Amino acid sequence: MSLELITANHAAGMAATLAGRANRTGRGFGGGVYPITPQTECIEFLCKQTIEKGHVVRVESEHSAMAVCMGFALAGLRTFTASSSNGLAYMAENVFAAAMYRLPIVMMAVNRTLGPPWNIWVDHGDTLMLRDGGWIQIYCEDNQDVFDSMVLAFRLAEDRRVLLPVLVCQDAFVLSHTMMMTDIPDQTVVDGFLPPLDLPHRLSDRPITVGGLDFPHETEVHRRQHHEAMGRVPEAYADAQAAFAAAFGRRPGDAVISYRMDDADIALVSMGTTAATARLAVDAARERGLKAGSVQVRMFRPFPEAQLGAALARARRIAILDRDVCPGLGGILWAEARGVLRHDALVQGYMIGLGGGDVRPGHLEEILAEVAAKTTADAPIFKEVG
Amino acid sequence: MREPQLGGLVETDRDRPDPILRSGNTNCGGCGMSLALQMLSRAAATTPVQLVIPACCGIVTAGPYPFSAYGAPVMAATFASAAAVATGLAHAARLNGEPTRVLCFSGDGGAYDIGMATLSATAERNEDVLYICYDNEIYGNTGGQRSSATPLGAVTTTTPTGKDLLKKDIVGIMAAHGIPYAATLSLAHPDDTLRKLRLGLDLQGFRFLHILSPCPTGWKSEPSEGIELLRLAVASGLYPVYEVHDGARVVVNVEPEFSLQALEEYFAGQGRFRRTTIELESVRTGIDRAWRRLRALAG
Repeated sequence: MSLELITANHAAGMAATLAGRANRTGRGFGGGVYPITPQTECIEFLCKQTIEKGHVVRVESEHSAMAVCMGFALAGLRTFTASSSNGLAYMAENVFAAAMYRLPIVMMAVNRTLGPPWNIWVDHGDTLMLRDGGWIQIYCEDNQDVFDSMVLAFRLAEDRRVLLPVLVCQDAFVLSHTMMMTDIPDQTVVDGFLPPLDLPHRLSDRPITVGGLDFPHETEVHRRQHHEAMGRVPEAYADAQAAFAAAFGRRPGDAVISYRMDDADIALVSMGTTAATARLAVDAARERGLKAGSVQVRMFRPFPEAQLGAALARARRIAILDRDVCPGLGGILWAEARGVLRHDALVQGYMIGLGGGDVRPGHLEEILAEVAAKTTADAPIFKEVG
Repeated sequence: MREPQLGGLVETDRDRPDPILRSGNTNCGGCGMSLALQMLSRAAATTPVQLVIPACCGIVTAGPYPFSAYGAPVMAATFASAAAVATGLAHAARLNGEPTRVLCFSGDGGAYDIGMATLSATAERNEDVLYICYDNEIYGNTGGQRSSATPLGAVTTTTPTGKDLLKKDIVGIMAAHGIPYAATLSLAHPDDTLRKLRLGLDLQGFRFLHILSPCPTGWKSEPSEGIELLRLAVASGLYPVYEVHDGARVVVNVEPEFSLQALEEYFAGQGRFRRTTIELESVRTGIDRAWRRLRALAG
């Protein structure tokens, strides 16, 4: 074990390296990589590592990065790639395909604004665009969280109850290019946490066709099975959290993380690094006598409906903070979350920090004050902070 | 089930017990791709192979889940991704010390058009993949639209008066990557075809084989006339049968007679050229130009 001062890009690259090496007693490790700001440092790091029984292919596009991973994964190897923003949009066909082939691929995404016009800063719209892609999605809030979520993601993806790809998301620059002290475990401990992958539908020498043609009934069954696998994620995730805690002495966060919600009347709901800012705003608001709390949605897929509903069961006023916008609808988290909230709650959607606008505690204190003073909810509000 | 005899080639002890293309598949009668798969089966013999097949007629061939008309493991890849998926499978085999040969089996759309960037990148990396393009010169699976493999003069649903552009020289493009082996195969010349398939299977690095594949449905031709049409395509010079070693050494394997009669018969035998506004003379000009270039390369 060692404490290292590294960026979240390097933390993700290091986690992929350790996880890849852990499968040397299995069928090995494969990756397909393609650069895009602000993810590039992650794959550069990976390409400098020596991974026994591993190979990283430098492909010509994100679409092929995922395709190479699908080849590796279908052959039973542990696989990793990373991307961001328009790269994810370009990759999208194969993102969906990877999940429908039920391949346990892990991808790290640095959340970046989709263009044009071009903007390299944080926005969650890129990975949320893939929310129907059938992947598990986890949104991280600091570098340790990125490292831990990555290592955990391989175990979760490869769990026989699940067999789904996992997307580990981190905020552009706020995490990707920011160094933090990060606890990196020894290889032997990772080896113990990640047993060799044994893919049940591995392409070997049996004459099977993987991904062939479905008639409507087969598709109905395949979609239901995919959905049911998502339904088993909470159980598999809880087991992975416990195993992680036993192996590494830290417990990765729950799907939904509450902060000072026990007696809160008003809540801020957010994802990614905004949640850390929200906690500061909550503390400040509490000093002014407002019973505020914060709820962080860490796992967006499968959508943690029960946990989110429970976390917000008491709150009468709720501000949902989206770092994304679905034009013609509003914030995506807002749109999905309001269905699980109590009907008499005042739920106000905000789109804040779009395009990397710097969300500060003061902005969220303003939002808390606004929502505290409201008598009815308005249409989603664009809060400009850039 | 043994594969049927092919042009005088008899069954041998080396044949696969389970052919790569099994009977009961849904391919059209006279499909060149069916014949190509039978030749491939013969060439591969007992070699373990994995096939990556992108969206094309070749994956419809497999039939509906959970059945497969393929007697080999197949990954049905997304349209543009065959070469990249094969890259992963090939490295996986190498890392695990397995003798498996990884093949892509793609139509012209997946190779010439949507998959070209991936194909080129895989060739540039010289991945240990055998890429076979069965080229019916049309988007057959979607009902017959033009591709960049569609030849000058061919009527398709999207070129109703005949395509007024030349067919893309894909073997020239692939050879220019300096890959170990690139070749064109004529199913009307089974000995040469088998030799090239075997060589393609044996060589290391990226190998590209192009097979002109008669499509009675798209070519509006008689299913029984496919081999004869190929013979005419070769005789007229329209389809040069050649190979390129290491992107440098060019060998012409079948010397055409360059007969106008063969070209006329080739066009007359296919409904797709019946309503074309393209003159046969401009097709001949294209043939001459292609051969001047090929002769220069062959030295």
